Amino acid sequence: MKRYSAFAIAREALRHHTGWERAWRKATPKKKYDVVIVGAGGHGLATAYYLGKNHGIKNVAILEKGWLGGGNTGRNTTIIRSNYLQDPSAAIYEKARSLYETMSQDLNYNVMFSPRGVMMLAQTHHEVRGYERTAHANSLQGVETQFIGPEKVKELCPIIRLDGPRYPVLGALYQPRGGTARHDAVAWGYARACSDMGMDIIQQCEVTAVRSDAGKVRGVTTTMGDIDCDKLAIVVAGNSGVLADMAGFRLPIESVALQALVSEPIKPAMDVVIMANTVHGYMSQSDKGEMVIGGGTDGYNNYTQRGSFHHVEETVRALIETFPMLSRLKMLRQWGGIVDITGDRSPIISKTPLGGCFINCGWGTGGFKAIPGSGWATAEMIAQGAPGPLASAFGLERFREGRFIDESVAAGVAH
Amino acid sequence: MSTRLATGGRLTDRTKQMKFRFNGQQMRGVEGDTLASALLANGQLMMGRSFKYHRPRGPVASGSEEPNALVNLGQGARFEPNQRATTTELFDGLVAASQNHWPSLQFDVGAINTHLSRFLPAGFYYKMFIHPRPLWKHVYEPFIRRSAGLGAAPDAETVDADTYEHFYTFTDVLVLGGGVAGLQAALTAARSGAQVLLLEQNAHWGGRTPVDGGEIDGKPAEQWIKDTVQALEAMGNVTLRSRTMGAGVYDHGYVLGYERLTDHAPETPGPRHRLWRIRAQQIVTATGAIERPLSFAGNDVPGVLLASAIRDYVVNYGVSIGDRTVVVTNNDDAYRTAICLHGHGLNVPVIIDARMQGGGALMAQAEALGIRVLKGKAIAKVKGTRKVTAVEICDQAGEGAVLETIPCDAVAMSGGWSPVVHLWSHCGGKLSWDEGNAFFRPDLSRAPTSHDGAPFVIPAGSANGYIQLKDTLADATTAGSSAATAAGHQPKVGTLPQVAPREEAAMLPVWLMPQGANVKLRSKAWLDFQNDVKVSDIQLAAQEGYESVEHAKRYTTLGMATDQGKLSNINGLATLSAALGEAIPSVGTTTFRPPYTPISMGSIAGQARGDIFQPVRETPLHGWHEAHGVHWEPVGQWRRPYSFVQQDETVEQSVNREVKAARDSLGLLDASTLGKIVVKGPDAGKFLDMLYTNMMSTLPVGKCRYGLMCNENGFLMDDGVVARMSDDTWLCHTTTGGAERIHAHMEEWLQTEWWDWQVYCANVTEQYAQIAVVGPNARKLLEKLGGMDVSRETLPFMQWAAGTLGGFPVRIFRISFSGELSYEIAVPASQGLALWERLHAEGAEWNATPYGTEALHILRAEKGFIMIGDETDGTVIPQDLGLGWAISKKKADYIGKRAQARSHMTDPTRWQLVGLETVDGSVLPDGALAVASGTNANGQRHTQGRVTSTYHSPTLNRGIAMGLVLNGPDRMGEVLEFTKLDGTTIPTKIVNAVFLDPEGEKQNV
Ligand SMILES: Cc1cc2nc3c(=O)[nH]c(=O)nc-3n(C[C@H](O)[C@H](O)[C@H](O)COP(=O)(O)OP(=O)(O)OC[C@H]3O[C@@H](n4cnc5c(N)ncnc54)[C@H](O)[C@@H]3O)c2cc1C
Repeated sequence: MKRYSAFAIAREALRHHTGWERAWRKATPKKKYDVVIVGAGGHGLATAYYLGKNHGIKNVAILEKGWLGGGNTGRNTTIIRSNYLQDPSAAIYEKARSLYETMSQDLNYNVMFSPRGVMMLAQTHHEVRGYERTAHANSLQGVETQFIGPEKVKELCPIIRLDGPRYPVLGALYQPRGGTARHDAVAWGYARACSDMGMDIIQQCEVTAVRSDAGKVRGVTTTMGDIDCDKLAIVVAGNSGVLADMAGFRLPIESVALQALVSEPIKPAMDVVIMANTVHGYMSQSDKGEMVIGGGTDGYNNYTQRGSFHHVEETVRALIETFPMLSRLKMLRQWGGIVDITGDRSPIISKTPLGGCFINCGWGTGGFKAIPGSGWATAEMIAQGAPGPLASAFGLERFREGRFIDESVAAGVAH
Repeated sequence: MSTRLATGGRLTDRTKQMKFRFNGQQMRGVEGDTLASALLANGQLMMGRSFKYHRPRGPVASGSEEPNALVNLGQGARFEPNQRATTTELFDGLVAASQNHWPSLQFDVGAINTHLSRFLPAGFYYKMFIHPRPLWKHVYEPFIRRSAGLGAAPDAETVDADTYEHFYTFTDVLVLGGGVAGLQAALTAARSGAQVLLLEQNAHWGGRTPVDGGEIDGKPAEQWIKDTVQALEAMGNVTLRSRTMGAGVYDHGYVLGYERLTDHAPETPGPRHRLWRIRAQQIVTATGAIERPLSFAGNDVPGVLLASAIRDYVVNYGVSIGDRTVVVTNNDDAYRTAICLHGHGLNVPVIIDARMQGGGALMAQAEALGIRVLKGKAIAKVKGTRKVTAVEICDQAGEGAVLETIPCDAVAMSGGWSPVVHLWSHCGGKLSWDEGNAFFRPDLSRAPTSHDGAPFVIPAGSANGYIQLKDTLADATTAGSSAATAAGHQPKVGTLPQVAPREEAAMLPVWLMPQGANVKLRSKAWLDFQNDVKVSDIQLAAQEGYESVEHAKRYTTLGMATDQGKLSNINGLATLSAALGEAIPSVGTTTFRPPYTPISMGSIAGQARGDIFQPVRETPLHGWHEAHGVHWEPVGQWRRPYSFVQQDETVEQSVNREVKAARDSLGLLDASTLGKIVVKGPDAGKFLDMLYTNMMSTLPVGKCRYGLMCNENGFLMDDGVVARMSDDTWLCHTTTGGAERIHAHMEEWLQTEWWDWQVYCANVTEQYAQIAVVGPNARKLLEKLGGMDVSRETLPFMQWAAGTLGGFPVRIFRISFSGELSYEIAVPASQGLALWERLHAEGAEWNATPYGTEALHILRAEKGFIMIGDETDGTVIPQDLGLGWAISKKKADYIGKRAQARSHMTDPTRWQLVGLETVDGSVLPDGALAVASGTNANGQRHTQGRVTSTYHSPTLNRGIAMGLVLNGPDRMGEVLEFTKLDGTTIPTKIVNAVFLDPEGEKQNV
């Protein structure tokens, strides 16, 4: 792999960029792989990357029915934070956040991780208490976070209105090293690194059946034919229920549309990520200058990757109360992704009833931030045949035992 | 130089002059101008700078597809960035400024980027700034982010001076687009008797046709349009709305219309924008077509415009872009521009036609006028930076060797037309590639479908790929009648509008000019004018493996600008497929997302702003509280008094005073916000037994019982007192925040699981005011009011009675959330205030003290009563809280029972409720955790408990708290360390959670 650098760009500029090689190889499926990963979203690609990097397993194929990174990984609002309440969540999200810090260097691909700080606004007394509780938990979990007062909120985010008529800003849970990253670059950077390790990323290749024998996985059937494998990892977010059905088990997951929208680009106005959970809205400003806005999920299950308009209305209305200047901006585009939501709003990283078949899903509305940590933990589980400490709490058995990891405790949405 | 012509301007009225300012300079326009045409009339061709390289930008189009001419419009509370000059109607006093430059439009430091463009190819930022890491944070990223954005940010402290509103409507047939196709479709549908709603984004009807000319039914097109609009206006079943854009098509025929009411006349009173939410049985998309640019070097220099736009400016506004306009085309339509310019006395030195054979009848017409036509030729390069000075001509078939240089000051380009398929596609309509015309058109066999699988969108006219006027009108007629039929009406057989056929030669797809352009030319041939994406960028993306359209788009930012790629998408796609050596249809398009053009956030929010954004719910006593020093706390949609602050008192002092008053003498609480749900019917008892953990069916009439409600997972979700009103009626009290949620929960179970049970639920929360009279003197006050026997014997604890108290029709519940002797009195809401004032006045002799939520919390915490939302958080089961006594052992089932049997729920190591007292008497912080020794496998400190609620108790004059602790009830007296946020810990003793009156003697008196 030719390394990327300013020097490489200068060199290429002189020959009109004719020397750049493909970021990832075009691959055709082999007959058999050690590990087949279904889904080339961030989680699938990161799993492959750490299988190779941490465990030396490189005979890996990543199968993608569309284009890599085209699922929720390429549709999300890219908020990265780790100030979660429950121990298992804080552990895996903080692992992920810390990996984001060095991801550009690790992958030699600038993913533009921007730790500009994330503020979760407290707009009711109840929320204040909830976030104080999180701050206490984080202090014991090794997650750097603090509860800040309204003046500090205003200082960090001058465009905010503190004394809105309905929900005054009473403070915020602030994680200074939270932020955003460029979602496409995360997928592309991992894909390039995986391809470089010799792994095959096969796009336009949809898995249509899972083949097994005596309770053990044998391979998959795809639109490009049969592919055999020793181990299979299903990492398909909103389509998890469909794949689980192919593998012969059921998941406690609902697939619903989550929407986002952007404004037209304006000059820099906001240098921090804001989440307002009382009113279900969150916002940051992209490097292009667009205000990137998200809200709650639609109230019914679907697979269309379109959303209804009602949620956009609720979200925008709520945010205008807190950021009056938004009223004079325009919505440029709105879109949706299908998110996979579990009963406790926490992910599943687990063995499955089918031998040799593993699943990673349930990241729902907030899994972008988890990509490297999740890939790390899932690779570890696949390589060792059983989950390690980061993943062990996220097994499927927790639903049977009632051992939920409920994050909605402290805050409404978990982005 | 662009200028106002002596004649022409069918949309303008030259007798009405208007003044406006651009970049501080006073300019003049006329009524009917757009900001763009007025600027052009003033010789102001350059209107902005592009995003990445800060290249000079003039308008390229004349309508909503315009990517370049974006301005900061207005001032102060009416400021708006990124406003399209081409769709901004001029008004007197308009103020605008150009964007994305410093210090000025003419001299922009950022323009240095254009010289560095070689070093800033597509995706350069993914490859750079990686090492060393600290530089990214401190240098590169701040730099990239500072250069972001186009328009200025509106002022943060200024609140939008305009208002917005939402309207709702429904119709049989909705026609989007008021060009000739839309008018004809609407007319055809309307004649069937169907309700028709017709939306047009511009202020004028008829679309492009009046500019292009031609005759319909033997009269000039313009006259036909007038007559048709008149006919439609006369029909009772038709509504026409101009300045209203079809913004988005959603599932089940739901359409968003965006009406711009006062943008063209800001002083007019009333809302600025109106958002229409429309349900239509059938939607006809008659959205027309957009001309495509050609990709040649320098196609972005100000003065290079779409051929149709140049024609528009001349015909509609009487404005010319230049004196000498070179026309370059691959189709016949652009000849119209040449002929039109010639007709207005302007010079067309040459028409460069990429086709070897040239055009048809229109070419002959142009040649007859003496206009030189070059066939099989192309533009190698446009010369000039801030404006066009000349074009270099070459063979289309070659690599760009210059044959001739022709001085000129404008270029009219046409790469063919693309149907506007956005609204067809929003809800899943698919496209097919039309080889002959080189465009995507709606694939009628794959239309968006409704719940029943039937299509609900019908494209019409140019939007359906019928570009010739005759075909457009024929297709629109079909569309109109299909829509009417599908909406259940019988279309009338009418006559087709008569149009003489026009002979046009076939167009030739030209995606790059010249065909073999070298890399130098390709890196000056622009696809996306706003985002500065070049042909070479797309080719680089393909070379690097970003092969899917979505990858190429994202890697290069093609089509992601504020015009959403209306001009660039097809050209970019064709460039990509050429680079990949694949056919265009197999590469496919990107997804079309709503809205069609950007819509104001203000309109999305609508009228629900400020005080009516989630209006505050008020109890009947709200005004009284307001007048008596209330310190409010928002609780759900309600405001509840946190405390009543008297003069010279802090909030904290007021709370302490209120607690003491209730404990020592008499307190009054407005409890009206508590949820009250009536559950009635033959199966109501059975239903409540399933809903609550305890037995409600056996509750005798006249009695009250404290009940717990769990969700399916066994977690405690709400609590409250249930009173049996009659044989088949129960009244369930819920928490303040829980009323709507619990009501919905009841309905969900009744409607989805137990739909055959005969039960009715009604949320009567707001029908009653409820006042708690609390304290040792509570009974005396009630006796003073008189009318009911409230003695210990007649109305003992946990009973209720109805009667007349002091003349008020009341229900009195003898229940207590404070541990004191307490009566909760419910009266019809209208009499709440009178009763409250009466209680307050008559209670004066016992110092009757209104108290708020904080005193309420402290009173209950002193007694060890749990509070939903404090002791519970969605992970706590009643068993954790020592509430096992409220779980019936006799019942076969209740919601949550099965879940509570799961292994983790019966785990003896679940944390249990206890009381907590700091050793030094201080108040524990909210949410503090009890630390344990060691760390887990992820390096996190072990914990063994947490604080659930914590207060200063004025009664005990020390901090008291409740919490959940590992084996807590067995560890009474043990001292644990609880966290503080400063990193230290506080030693805290485990105690009984009931801090006061453990035997309950005070409440049972
Ligand atoms: C609007 C929106 C906003 C969000 N905002 C945030 C945020 O701010 N912060 C945050 O942390 N998270 C956010 N999320 C969540 C986040 O996007 C997801 O949790 C995360 O991207 C999931 O990644 P993934 O790799 O699991 O799934 P995906 O990226 O969806 O990848 C799954 C892949 O599997 C492929 N696939 C499916 N079926 C098959 C098959 N049969 N064969 C082959 N391939 C198949 C799909 O095509 C897809 O590419 C948001 C999500 C949405 C929709």
